[in-house]
Order: sequence, then structure tokens, then C-alpha cells
Amino acid sequence: MKRLAFILLGFWWLTASAQSEAPLVKIQHLEKVMQTESDQIQVINFWATWCAPCIKELPLFEKLNAARQDVKVTLVSVDIDLDPDPDKVYRFVARKKLKSDVVILNETDPNSWIDKIDKSWSGAIPATLIVNSSTGKRTFVEKELKEGDLEELIASVKD
Amino acid sequence: MKYKSTMNAVKTIFAIALIAVMTAGRPVATGYEIGDTATDFKLKNVDGKTVSLSDYKDAKGYIVIFDCNTCPYSKAYNDRIIALNKKYAPKGFPVITINANDPSISPGDSFEEMKSRAKSKNYDFPYLFDESQEVARAYGATNTPHVFVLDKVSANESKVAYIGAIDDNSRNANAVTKRYVEDAVDALLEQKTVPTTRTKAIGCTIKWKNS
Repeated sequence: MKRLAFILLGFWWLTASAQSEAPLVKIQHLEKVMQTESDQIQVINFWATWCAPCIKELPLFEKLNAARQDVKVTLVSVDIDLDPDPDKVYRFVARKKLKSDVVILNETDPNSWIDKIDKSWSGAIPATLIVNSSTGKRTFVEKELKEGDLEELIASVKD
Repeated sequence: MKYKSTMNAVKTIFAIALIAVMTAGRPVATGYEIGDTATDFKLKNVDGKTVSLSDYKDAKGYIVIFDCNTCPYSKAYNDRIIALNKKYAPKGFPVITINANDPSISPGDSFEEMKSRAKSKNYDFPYLFDESQEVARAYGATNTPHVFVLDKVSANESKVAYIGAIDDNSRNANAVTKRYVEDAVDALLEQKTVPTTRTKAIGCTIKWKNS
């Protein structure tokens, strides 16, 4: 029993330490993620804690992140656009025990950066960008994704 | 008989293929561009009466805003929308807000909820229900809040002069540096060129039926 308690404590510590990492970033950070040469396909999802369809599709990204070594998921919170306090995002990440990389986009004027992600983006979330630096292909969708959609989108930038 | 039924099947397949080709080739309705003539509408207001652009005989133009109750961006902009009407309705540019969200997807945007929002916030401008979503489709509204500034060029014609966001800072009205809608209306009032005609209206997706 004592040993089990230690193991549980260990798990708690591991997950608790993983949760604290949701850095505030500027748009240049995302541009770097999009442009840097990588063996992995970059899957960049834009979401916010207030966005119900975003939260609904988050498990798809978590599953993808856990299942595929050739894919790197980055979950970009845009909460700061409405609320300067990132605490809500920290608490959400902790509660949902998110394992994918979470960053909080610290920008306020969307018209200054939104076209750098994709020209077709109207400015609503959820939105997802998939970039394959080895083929130079990219795809952008501005809608809630269903089971299987991500795999199809990834396949479309494969070769 | 066998031959005939096969022929019918071939015809059916051909017809389906033809329809598929025709619909695939048809451009998707993308809504208005700057300079397009905005269609008038007849929509139900929260007071039970219907409202059309043509009701405003003395208007010089309109600030049409696709909005809703529930979107956090709509909430953030609510007081700014009220202020826009206070400032510009007396100058001939009244605010007209339209909610196109499907209440079966977003129950907080039902006609009843619209009424209580308009009442609690003392709306002195229309808050219309675009139940069929035809007006939002025709204008090409996608998000809330999504602004269309219309320039009334003659008694029966208004042209789209600005499409997009209200300003450049959603969370803090005091930190705004670019007032896109005000700049557009001011320019029209002074018969000058609108400085910025298009921005992206950051916000929530309009909740379309069956999507």
C-alpha cells in the first residue's frame, strides 16, 4: 500500500510539473515553429478556454500527440486576446492534464498577425494549421475536427 | 425490359454526375466585396416589429453588425456597439444589429434571450433575428461581431464601404489604437476615402443550421 502511494505521488508530481509549462509567446515563436526544418509534421491548433467546439476536439490532438512520433502537436491558446490573465489557461491545462505542448499567444491586435498564420483565416476558432517542412506543404482548416480528420489532413501534406 | 432499366440506370448516374460537376463548378457564395450594393432586408426586431434599411428615410448610411448574446467577443464589444449608435445615429449612421445564430445549436441566442439582452442593456437600436440566416449569407458574415458599414448612395441603394472588426483591441476599449468603424464612418461623413476598408472580424463563428 505504501509503495502504491509513492507511485501515485510520483505520478502526481510528474503531471503537476508538466502542467506548469504553458509559456507566453509572441507570433514570432509560432513563425519559428512553422518555418524551422523538422522531421516531424507540425500540427498547430488555435483554441481558447471559452470555446466549446475547441475543447470538444482537444482529445483528438492529445491522442495524435501520444500516438505518432512523426507528428508534433502545439496547442495555441488565444485566451489573452480577451483576458490578460493567463491563470485560467494554466488551470485548464492542469485540470485536463494536457500532454501536448501548450503555448499562450500574447498578442492583442489579431489583424497584425493573423495573416502570418494563414491568409484565408477569418479569425474564428477552432482553427488548425498543418505544416510539413520536408515537403513544403501546408494545410489550414477553420472548423471543428471530427475523428479521422487529422489523419487525413496529415496525409494530405505527406508527399 | 432489362435493356431499358440499364439505360435508365445509366441515365440516372449520368444525371447525378452532371449535377455533381455543375455544383462543383459553381463558385461558393462569398458575400459582399467593398463597393457591392447591399441588399435590403425585412427582419423581426426584439420589439416584435420588422425593420428594413428603407425604414430609415433620413439615414446617410448604416452600421450593420452581425452579433449575438453568447460569444465572448460580442460581450467584450457590447458597450462599444451601444456607444457607436449613441455617437453615429444622430449623424445619420444608425447601428442595426442582427443575430443569425441557430438557437438549436446556441440556445443562449434564441429570440427570447435576444429580447432580454436588448432590455437589460437598454438597446436604442434594432436587434434583429435572421432566423433563415439568408441575410448573413448574402452579406457574407462569418463571425460575431462582424461589421458592415453601408454608404447610402441614393434613396434605394446602399454600397458596402467597410467590412470587418470594430477596432484593434478586443479586450480593452481604452487600449484601442485603430478605430476601424469610426474611421470609416467619419470618412463617409466628410465624403473622403475610407482609410481601411477591410479587416478580419475576430470572434466566434456564426452557428449555421445543420453544420
